[in-house]
Amino acid sequence: MDTGSLIRRAPCVWEIAREGAMRVPVLIYASEPLVRAMDDKVRLQACNVATLPGIVGASTAMPDAHWGYGFPIGGVAAFDADAGGVVSAGGVGFDISCGVRCLLTGMRRDDVMPLQQRLADMLFAHIPAGVGSTGHIKLGSEAMEAMLSGGARWAVAQGWGRAADLERTEERGQMLHAKPRWVSIQARRRQREEMGTLGSGNHYLEVQEVVEVFDADAAAAFELRVGDVVVMIHCGSRGLGHQIGSEFLLRMAAEAPGHGLRLPDRELACAPIRSDLGQEYLGAMRAAINCALANRQILTHLVREVFADLLPAADLRLLYDVSHNTCKLETHRVGGRPRELYVHRKGATRALGPGHADLPAALRTAGQPVLIGGSMGTGSYVLAGTAQSEALAFASACHGAGRAMSRHQALQTWQGRAVIDELAARGILVRSPSARGIAEEAPLAYKDVGEVVDAAQAAGLARKVARLAPLVCVKG
Amino acid sequence: MHDHWEHFEHGADVGVRGIAATKAGAFEQAALALTAVVTDPRNVANRRAVDIDCQAPDDELLLAHWLNALVSEMATRRMLFGLFDVKLDGHRLHARAFGETASVARHKPAVEVKGATCTELRVAPFDGGWLAQTIVDV
Repeated sequence: MDTGSLIRRAPCVWEIAREGAMRVPVLIYASEPLVRAMDDKVRLQACNVATLPGIVGASTAMPDAHWGYGFPIGGVAAFDADAGGVVSAGGVGFDISCGVRCLLTGMRRDDVMPLQQRLADMLFAHIPAGVGSTGHIKLGSEAMEAMLSGGARWAVAQGWGRAADLERTEERGQMLHAKPRWVSIQARRRQREEMGTLGSGNHYLEVQEVVEVFDADAAAAFELRVGDVVVMIHCGSRGLGHQIGSEFLLRMAAEAPGHGLRLPDRELACAPIRSDLGQEYLGAMRAAINCALANRQILTHLVREVFADLLPAADLRLLYDVSHNTCKLETHRVGGRPRELYVHRKGATRALGPGHADLPAALRTAGQPVLIGGSMGTGSYVLAGTAQSEALAFASACHGAGRAMSRHQALQTWQGRAVIDELAARGILVRSPSARGIAEEAPLAYKDVGEVVDAAQAAGLARKVARLAPLVCVKG
Repeated sequence: MHDHWEHFEHGADVGVRGIAATKAGAFEQAALALTAVVTDPRNVANRRAVDIDCQAPDDELLLAHWLNALVSEMATRRMLFGLFDVKLDGHRLHARAFGETASVARHKPAVEVKGATCTELRVAPFDGGWLAQTIVDV
């Protein structure tokens, strides 16, 4: 992206002033190199989002923003229903409530490394991963209904987790106001055998080591010390969320003219929040959030089973579970007064600041853990929400590294087997059913996640707490 | 015109494009491009047929519905498709998709497709024939 037409408000804050049909400005939070590396489509899409009815404040792009569909991935936008605001299926994404959870293990690197190979093999054998994989749990219609309403709370009640896990999950593990009746038969059919599956693409399960601590107080609150071993799980609402996203995106595109919406591009498909379609989408989308929360909870249970067999002294406790593809009704102070807003985060993580009432007591002083997945080779980060993030971007931060090259380019550049061997030589064991998938997900196909989190910190969106390096990676 | 499919660049996802002498042929080629996101369509045996019907207000949304229907059938039947016979009647589509049960060992599926987007969605006359394309989320 050419920075010539941007107004630089701060070293990592760039503005595109209102023009034409834009109702609000665009704010891009990124360093100059990251902005220059962004596709011009990010600018176009962020400006298009700024034209939507009822948008409040600004259309914002996170440091890892890249070309999405409708909204940029790494886009945040808030809408006021009272001002004719809209909800957008593209503004949430197809993998509804895709997110990350981080489990503390109580284990140190030296405890785990002698068993690294066996741990990798056992996790790969026990966690269903990859295209077409099915879980051990088959949901009948009653159980499906309960899962769609109950989320991780339902999973824990079935025995797949602990009550304490719910305290450390956004929404306390259960997205309220889900309306399973708006979840289609086909979406349910897709999910029937996919509970407790990892999926494919950029989804993964990693055993990681804490290799650096940046904020000692927050790290202490998060119980992260250099040398500790954690488990990170990245996945979402599986086939059910994909089906809901697909169905509503096309319905919104077809019905937009009937709602009086003149969209700059069809990909921006949306519906008024107060319309029947808007309410149906919100009800189904919240049910998909519950599906994602339940799925990550079941995966947690499977990981615990593996550790119980191999490392019985381990105690896997949940640090936190965050989603980065959502639309949630939240209260934010805008112009000095609280407003109820529908905040879309497409490839962006909620990042509640210190003292926020929604945080568990043990985390309230430090702020919300913000979990940032990198790539197989570069590692991940734990950040913490800041006090100023609400004013900057409705309490949001980045969600990952963002791709530096397309899947096609990656496939032309690397071979899966060579990537696995190269990572093994660096002490990172990768297990995956697909060598081609590994090539497409090669570490250098992603931007430097370190640059992304540095920019997030410099912009004030979140602050760095710890860096994590992979020891074992199970890819779908 | 030589009927064919291709992928086109998108930062995080994949563009699928079918080009053919007829509009129905372009839809068939776009479906092959969809399969090629997952595996090499030449390695898919055409053992079973699945009928698919869909309709939409216009050609472009019909393409997205068609691809989404295939994604859904692939997911629920655990199948891959390598041959398509599409018939169009206005904005109604009737198709028969031929394929087989997916095999991790033989097909080495790379990634699952989540759905068809409206980004770069286009169905239009092209070079004396037809082009049908969109970005699919993976």
